[in-house]
Amino acid sequence: MTYHLEFSALLPYWQDLAWGLWFTVVLTVVSTVAGIAVGTLGASARSFGPPWLSGLVRVYVELIRNTPFIVQLFFIFFGLPALGLKLSETTAAFIAMVVNLGAYSTEIIRAGIDAVPKGHIEAGVSLAMTRLEVLRYIVLRQAFAKIYPALSSQIVIVMLGSAVVSQISAPDLTYAANFIQSRNFRAFEVYFVVALIYLVLSILLRYLLRLIGDRFVRVG
Amino acid sequence: MSIFRALAAGILSAAVIGLSGAAHADALDSIMKAKVIKVAVPQDFAPFGSAGADLKPQGLDVDMANYIAEQLGVKAEIIAVTSANRIPYLQTHKADLVISSLGKNPEREKVIDFSVAYAPFFSGVFGAKDVAVAKMEDLAGKTVGATRGAIEEQELTKAAPKDTTIKRFEDNNATIAAFVSGQVDLIATGNTVAAAITEKNPSRPATTKFIMNNSPCYVGLNKDEPALLAKVNEIIEKAKKDGTLNKFSEKWLKNPLPAGF
Repeated sequence: MTYHLEFSALLPYWQDLAWGLWFTVVLTVVSTVAGIAVGTLGASARSFGPPWLSGLVRVYVELIRNTPFIVQLFFIFFGLPALGLKLSETTAAFIAMVVNLGAYSTEIIRAGIDAVPKGHIEAGVSLAMTRLEVLRYIVLRQAFAKIYPALSSQIVIVMLGSAVVSQISAPDLTYAANFIQSRNFRAFEVYFVVALIYLVLSILLRYLLRLIGDRFVRVG
Repeated sequence: MSIFRALAAGILSAAVIGLSGAAHADALDSIMKAKVIKVAVPQDFAPFGSAGADLKPQGLDVDMANYIAEQLGVKAEIIAVTSANRIPYLQTHKADLVISSLGKNPEREKVIDFSVAYAPFFSGVFGAKDVAVAKMEDLAGKTVGATRGAIEEQELTKAAPKDTTIKRFEDNNATIAAFVSGQVDLIATGNTVAAAITEKNPSRPATTKFIMNNSPCYVGLNKDEPALLAKVNEIIEKAKKDGTLNKFSEKWLKNPLPAGF
């Protein structure tokens, strides 16, 4: 059996790939920013909030971290319309990503908060800082510095996991790959190229996250 | 000539005589005499033919077989076949008729005869009742769900207006789920899939909007049986006129016969 590689078969579809790449990038950026915001709020509520709120966040975290992402996505897209909430595939993809990263980052950031010595908080309070100031300048700053590498990894995982949104017809990079494959039947070429694009995307994302870390998240 | 070749030639000619002898008897006469018509129906192709809860074959083709038998005044002997062996069953006279969602094509026409069409079989666009779409151009500005790579999806991609949004799903089930959950109001698929959707979700029936590829079902019979062919055609024409075919279509395909059938 000989298979003749023919990467030129992809050329007519470069626009599909470009749009897919664009969608994946936007999806990753938006869900990273929103997901970390959710995680920060969640972790703060979990550590310092009233028991009912802390319990609620715990349920949310356990629910999301112990179910497959694709099931969460299908539930939002195919399940929620039964309750009268109809979301477009793009909205559903964004929400599922934010909800997912939100749960994971809540747990990661909470670990960082736990690692902040109690004495630092007491020191802040004794300097007449408000609770919010203590949280912002003492707790979260140190927490983020400690967990930043773990959070970066999670962001890359979420970016790669976003390939799943192609299953609800959200037009991401994998959707474009599947579409092209269904047209020219060049599975090897298509998925080889798309895998390379994801690889480059991951490396760039890691690099970017390290730059942001060095600049804004001061360690120590 | 070696003895083996002579022997082989003898057996061959005997077989040919035997075969042509069987074919020369008029099939309609033998059916009327035996009071039984043997009909091959699909074994596992709902809603045309599949095993029901009582394990007996049921479906549109089974109803059609019984109807033709009833019109002839004979008993129907239902034989469940697969799509691969339905024509051999006919050719070896194990069946008098093949009513097995059989489509017409030139290769088949070389070996068997076809009656007039008795049931619709097509791919097209189906949708919720209140969506006003009757032809491809009406899809302008609308959203249609389809299974990626399926014939219907490729056809749609080619022929639908530029501003039609085609949502492509990974498999048939996802496309169906998108329609049933209301994520799309139109889907491009086969009429048997549309029937299955309506069957399982009567609250959201998938009604026929327009046909893309039409390949109706015909009754298949052996060549050179003009009497049987004429009789079967007569029964189908009558059934078409008195609404029986439409009743079968409504019952099994959950849609009336398409216009111009």
